[in-house]
Amino acid sequence: MQVNENFEPVIVAFCCNWCSYAGADLSGTNRLNYPSNVKIIRVPCSCRVNPMFILRAFQKGADGVIICGCHPGDCHYTSGNYFTRRRITLLYSMLDFLGIERNRTRLEWVSAAEGAKFAATMEQFTADVKALGPNRRLEDLRCRKQ
Amino acid sequence: MQEAMIKRAKELLADGSVDRVIGWKRGEFAYDMTPAVFTSAEELDSEFIFDDFTSANVSKYLVKETAKEGKILAFLKPCDTYSFNQLIKEHRIDRDKVYVIGIPGGPKLDIEKIKAKGITGILSVKNEDYTLKIETLYGEETMPFSEAILDKCASCKSKKHVVYDELIGEDGDVLDSNRFDMVEKLENMTAQERFDFWRDQLSKCIRCNACRNVCPACTCENCVFDNPKSGIDNKAPADSFEENMFHIIRAFHVAGRCTDCGECSRVCPQHIPLHLLNRKFIKDINELYGEYQAGADTTSRAPLNTYTKDDCEPSIVHERGVE
Repeated sequence: MQVNENFEPVIVAFCCNWCSYAGADLSGTNRLNYPSNVKIIRVPCSCRVNPMFILRAFQKGADGVIICGCHPGDCHYTSGNYFTRRRITLLYSMLDFLGIERNRTRLEWVSAAEGAKFAATMEQFTADVKALGPNRRLEDLRCRKQ
Repeated sequence: MQEAMIKRAKELLADGSVDRVIGWKRGEFAYDMTPAVFTSAEELDSEFIFDDFTSANVSKYLVKETAKEGKILAFLKPCDTYSFNQLIKEHRIDRDKVYVIGIPGGPKLDIEKIKAKGITGILSVKNEDYTLKIETLYGEETMPFSEAILDKCASCKSKKHVVYDELIGEDGDVLDSNRFDMVEKLENMTAQERFDFWRDQLSKCIRCNACRNVCPACTCENCVFDNPKSGIDNKAPADSFEENMFHIIRAFHVAGRCTDCGECSRVCPQHIPLHLLNRKFIKDINELYGEYQAGADTTSRAPLNTYTKDDCEPSIVHERGVE
């Protein structure tokens, strides 16, 4: 696929309040860079991410969606991210079944101490989505801002 | 079979053990059988029908019916009993208010397949020894029974009643069905081919919501898709693939609860194979989290309501199937 150098993807990152959001904070206080394409939405737990949120983000023009949560076993609410894992696995598998590019979606476990991992993950994910080009398959023109 | 059912229903109505009966009656056309509630022996005699077109699953109606006073008699086919069980498990049906009579299942007929043969003006369809005698405005036509059976019956998963108070006819077994064949075929296509297939199919969607309204697993009082603030409410799609969110989320909301009764595809006026989305979830659940049949019992935990510590990561999607 031809890569448009000027294309700047919109990345929506759902970050759990207790680990990944703090991880993003840490990467900031450590002065690490990560792409400004990433728009973080803070959620109480990765389990709060309704599959509808993901599709809604795509519908409204996001080019990639990444979900970040605590490592399995470290959930602030004990078991939230285990449920996330099952749910998101099924959803991503379904998106793949419908022919949506696999690299548009990702789930990554980032702890509050992994500022560097957060920055590296976002760097990598943004590059992957950039290579895919704009999201046309899941966009909904009815939701486009006039 | 119809006579035996009416007879038993009348007995139960007469001795007061039930107040209402849910079954099927004729609609506009001879092949339009619609679920209906009967309250008297006269109504049963004149309107009650059980034939090759009574494929509708009446389980969902029991959610509203058991909220009323009195007891209802329900005739359930094997596939309907799974939906019924699932609704009991979700506390949507009051089991004490239903008297279930298990009746033999299909195969039932699909009128669309008869019409697809170019047969129009259909007045009646009779099954004589697995040959259909179709009376039309323009004369009589025949076609083999096997060519007109519903898709959902062609890949029947079970002839076994998982719940009943009494049976009319024989109970069968859980079958080895070929129901995942089409899902597998799609999985082996490339991503572009899969996308083209689904864009073709879902672009036909007119958002009539028939799939949602008929689905025994879709029993929410307020549906997430009725949100007037969604920005897409009451707007015609501007592109061809825009109803994808509705179908993905609807399939997801019933994932782990869908008993694969096949009603969604049966009622779709645009003939979209919606059951494939549900079957994809069922297949994934079976492969990743162990075999699970929703509605087979009322006690087990749904796969999305539980977890194990060594579940696979979502990145497994990259390792399976064709990109």
